[in-house]
Amino acid sequence: MSADPGQFLLTLLQAIVMGLLTGMVYGLMALGLSVIFGVMRVVNFAHGEMMVVGMYLAWLAFDQLGLDPLVSLPAVAAALFVFGYVLQRTVINPFIGLPEHMQFMLLLAVAILLVNACLAIAGPDTHGVQVDYMFDSFNIGPLVLDAVRVYAALAALVVAGLLWLFFTRTRAGKAIRAAADNHIGALVVGLDVRQLYAVTFGIGAACVGAAGALMLLIVQVHPFLAIDYTLLAFVIVIVGGLGSMSGALAGGLLIGVSEAVAGVLLQPSLKSVFSFGLLILVLLLRPQGLLARRS
Amino acid sequence: MSIWQRLTDGVPARALGALMLLAALLLAAPFLLRVLPAGDYWLSILILVIYFSYIGQAWNIMMGFAGQLSLGHAIYLGLGGYVAAALYVNLGIGPWLGVFVAIAAAMLAGGLIGFLGFRFSLAGVYFALLTIAFAEFTRILFDHFKWVGGSGGLFLKVEAEGSAFNLQGSPLLFYYVILALAAAVFVLCRWLLTSRLGYYWLAIREDPEAAQAAGINVLRTKLLAVLISAGLTAVGGVWSAFYYKNLFPESAFAMGRSIEVTLAPIIGGLGTLFGPIVGSALLVGLGDLFTTLAEYLANTWGIKAAGLKQIGYGLALLLIVMFRRDGVWPWLARHLGFDRQREDRP
Repeated sequence: MSADPGQFLLTLLQAIVMGLLTGMVYGLMALGLSVIFGVMRVVNFAHGEMMVVGMYLAWLAFDQLGLDPLVSLPAVAAALFVFGYVLQRTVINPFIGLPEHMQFMLLLAVAILLVNACLAIAGPDTHGVQVDYMFDSFNIGPLVLDAVRVYAALAALVVAGLLWLFFTRTRAGKAIRAAADNHIGALVVGLDVRQLYAVTFGIGAACVGAAGALMLLIVQVHPFLAIDYTLLAFVIVIVGGLGSMSGALAGGLLIGVSEAVAGVLLQPSLKSVFSFGLLILVLLLRPQGLLARRS
Repeated sequence: MSIWQRLTDGVPARALGALMLLAALLLAAPFLLRVLPAGDYWLSILILVIYFSYIGQAWNIMMGFAGQLSLGHAIYLGLGGYVAAALYVNLGIGPWLGVFVAIAAAMLAGGLIGFLGFRFSLAGVYFALLTIAFAEFTRILFDHFKWVGGSGGLFLKVEAEGSAFNLQGSPLLFYYVILALAAAVFVLCRWLLTSRLGYYWLAIREDPEAAQAAGINVLRTKLLAVLISAGLTAVGGVWSAFYYKNLFPESAFAMGRSIEVTLAPIIGGLGTLFGPIVGSALLVGLGDLFTTLAEYLANTWGIKAAGLKQIGYGLALLLIVMFRRDGVWPWLARHLGFDRQREDRP
């Protein structure tokens, strides 16, 4: 910590901006979890593992084909969509509406399979991508913004925007929201709810896959990141309000900032104390999330 | 009704007989295993089975009986282990005394988590997340808690002159200690299930609002489940700390450890007395099977890949969950004829 208060404030401001940029990617990751829960009331305990699968796919695309994660992002998202769709159809669908502990155990098994498939294919070492703009930065006044974080945040914003358009403007998106609002009503008006659920799980998986590709620009990947991301995604969606899309994004920003600021004010190893402390407070005092209105 | 009558009421005779046989086998197991090649190895596997069935049984009280999903039981294991180990290493207080402090510490933590969670009416996933959050919080605190070694860990010396008085000794000692614990918790759980408290728990598990309407003090009853479960789990934590002789916050309070606790009772059959035992035997057995299989693949075919063992394990877990979603024990009991009630019951 610097003795000069001006310098300290600048460091803090810098951390906040960095936290906001990373938080955008966190938000996109949590958005996937929130969409899945919001529509079919399934808590995806394999969410962090899907994130890591997205990171590995983006790394493979870079390593084998030399593709920038920003370029491979649509392909990674599409691959995760197919995976999520098939997974929902074959494994998860029979468990919709069953008690939480059964869904938990099911997705835990999926999580074990995913993380160890990554381990078996890519090994336990960390992998990262070296893009040519990795040391570039933008200067805004006294602030220095890493180019990778700026691009990742912008891309995350674009994906979230596309998702918003899908859910508000397209027929399929509206049908999914209808099925989420009223399951029986959706069946009565003749919607193919099973199909919609599978599409929703695919979309949730695509979100987290896209977030994984973007996260690879910021951090290096190894299989054991998965459980941390699962926890992080839970913290974010609870803070923002489970099932709320805007809440997930806002929660992502908030947790991104709180981690970055804790890294400046406290030891970096204490950075998640903030997030878990916030999680406990929100669970107890505003379980519907900071943004949502009490129902 | 005498205690014995109450404990065995409605249990088919063949189930009682099988249970007696199992108890006798387990008592003699260390000596029977000695005939096998690698008998020490099989004893260590059996120790694992009994340990996981013990902590699974303790967790089952909270989730299987009272219906409160805890995904943070590592906090009780970790606190129990750390308290007893730190008392022994730093102050020279032996574990047979330290275990009571460990139980108290875990019950205090459980009481706090339970009170906050239930007072603010958290249920299901929300309550589970609260338990995770407290476990993670504690993990980070212990990382910076220098008296117990911080993130560098806390170690118990291997004492050549160690006596059972300080829970030091051969695997045989640890086997009989954990066996006694598992047997005691089994009887305790049966007794709880036939008690008024047990019926209150089942009522709350099935329908908390109806239970409240029937005049059950729901908050107090749920808190009792957490307190008993936390205290029993802490004893398992003490045992495991002295058995493994090292503690790190990263593993003692890990999310993965909390998940390990839940596996056996859910796979075996939630809320049943044999679920945790059957689940633990099945899962430890599968883990061992896939370890052997991975070694075989590596040695014979030259197929080496990290994670191969866990892929097999994950696949087996997935299949069991998909096709035996109520657990293995209820299905097994039906096939063994253990679920039939005695004819003389009204």
